Amino acid sequence: MNLITENLCFKPEHEYYLNDISLEFKAGNLYTLLGRTLSGKTSFLKTIAGLQPVDSGQITFAGKDFNSIPVWKRNVAMVYQQFINYPHLTVFDNIAFPLKQRKMKFSDIQNEVSSAIKKVGLQGFEKRKIQELSGGQQQRVALARSLAKKAKILLLDEPLVNLDYKLREDLRNEFKNIFSGDLSSQSILIYASTDPLEAMQLNGNIIVIDEGKILQHDSAKEVFENPSNVRVAEITNEPAMNIVNGSIESKKIILNKDVQIDLPDKLKTIKPGKYFFGLRASDIVLDDSGFQFVVDLAEISGSETILHLHQDNLKFVSLINEVKNFNNRDKVMLKIMSENLYVFNEKGNLIFSPFKNK
Amino acid sequence: MFVIAPFLWALSTSFKDFNSVTGGAKYIPWLQFEPSLEGWSVLIRSQGKGGVNIIEPYFNSVFVTCSASLLSIIFGTLAAYALSRFTFKAGFIKNNDITFFFISQRIMPPIVLSIPFFLMLGFLGLLDSLLGLILVYMVLLMPIAVWIMVDFFNRVPKEIDETALIDGCNPFEAFFKVVLPNSIPGLIVAGLFCIIFGWIDFFFAFILTFTKVQLLPVAIVALNSSVTPWWSLSASALVSVAPLIIVAFIVERYLSKGNLSGALK
Repeated sequence: MNLITENLCFKPEHEYYLNDISLEFKAGNLYTLLGRTLSGKTSFLKTIAGLQPVDSGQITFAGKDFNSIPVWKRNVAMVYQQFINYPHLTVFDNIAFPLKQRKMKFSDIQNEVSSAIKKVGLQGFEKRKIQELSGGQQQRVALARSLAKKAKILLLDEPLVNLDYKLREDLRNEFKNIFSGDLSSQSILIYASTDPLEAMQLNGNIIVIDEGKILQHDSAKEVFENPSNVRVAEITNEPAMNIVNGSIESKKIILNKDVQIDLPDKLKTIKPGKYFFGLRASDIVLDDSGFQFVVDLAEISGSETILHLHQDNLKFVSLINEVKNFNNRDKVMLKIMSENLYVFNEKGNLIFSPFKNK
Repeated sequence: MFVIAPFLWALSTSFKDFNSVTGGAKYIPWLQFEPSLEGWSVLIRSQGKGGVNIIEPYFNSVFVTCSASLLSIIFGTLAAYALSRFTFKAGFIKNNDITFFFISQRIMPPIVLSIPFFLMLGFLGLLDSLLGLILVYMVLLMPIAVWIMVDFFNRVPKEIDETALIDGCNPFEAFFKVVLPNSIPGLIVAGLFCIIFGWIDFFFAFILTFTKVQLLPVAIVALNSSVTPWWSLSASALVSVAPLIIVAFIVERYLSKGNLSGALK
């Protein structure tokens, strides 16, 4: 029951929505489509659902040509980032809608709906109208409808993005439970997200997409440890990985005239020359023995502080694991954890990862 | 005051007779003038007995207005849905141009349309007929329906249609089972406007009918003679406006009922 996309291309105007996408999805697996806004995630999901045409390319599901099957016969379920439900129907009727379309027996519909309602924790809300529910509950209804359908392909397009933080955390945990149940063994789950943390937490296969093109397709661990290029490194880290232009000369990494770091032993095999260096925000730490930087902006996020810093033309984002107050233009001393540096060649492709070369 | 006063004036005048109307400003029955049913009885007396029968024109108006409004809403809603959801392109003509074409029928002064309508209905043998009036009124009312419904459908999230398709509806089922039930407020507003504009039209009812068919506005004007019968004109004005008020009151309850707040939060 594999879903295969081959060379999918869609370029309605000047930009590619989908640029030569060839992927294989296997039943029983969770795939996270990770990309920034307007990277082509929704376009790809809609193409699989049959809601968006393609200029060229083939979609095959279970050996059948999927392109020729209309949306309503595809047995696909989709949950949007907006909470899309049928406002004129009750919660029960919303969830039962796809089953009624299949002309299932009422007793079977009742069983399926009850089971889906139980999975998403909406017992007691069956007779409520959609307008009477909170945002999180509305999204649960949308999810329950897609679960009740028992579709072979379940597409989730940033389903948590419009929820508040706490609800997002709760539902994400529930998603993991739901996905690890019986459904996951029969279905292909494709979950689109802009949030690298969410993608890592779901711990499935990660497909990194940008400008309609697939940049990397690997396990969550592999994508995190070995991003194939600078764009993947930026997309798969929050805050985005710092990518700076520099060079290796005379056993030093030179980032600018003042920030020069001794070349770590494991980087000594790399030839002198110009490179892009990648460093996670958490690998730039406050340390009096480090380099002096100027604070451009300090953001407190939960129990962490994100510092936007510069020194001459060198700009960094640093993630401090505590809440500290900084003023703009404060001078701080920062140490760059050079042993965690990534090195990318001038084309932006990974040539050294601290994980791969441990 | 500006809404109620004309009604009260018409109501008061409808119970007056010639002497009460011409004898200065009088408004309160029994105190200032003796009420008379003359103005009302003229409307139901046969012409032989000095009356002007408005019952037949009344039902003609009801039939023409309801039929034209219903057809306009049906076709207008389908056209509006297509214009809202699908992209049309024929040379330089796109969706907005088509919508403007519909609305342009209302922009032109009626006199511009009257001669073509007269010639066309004459060619089809539909002058002085209810069917001819229904067709003409459809041309006048459908732009209103299209205009209101395009705007309404544009505000219904496209994702609702898509979800219905994903849930197993073909495009027609998606429209009838999901989009239309969620568009009831828009349908009611469009229907109300169609009924109002159809009901109050005098110009085409006057130009395109002669002897066989008469609509209410024309019958009311026909009441006028060398001495203006303010009492029967007032009575007929109240009779004419009554259905619109009743429809508005019935519809108002449903307008606030349906909304799309749960479709896309």
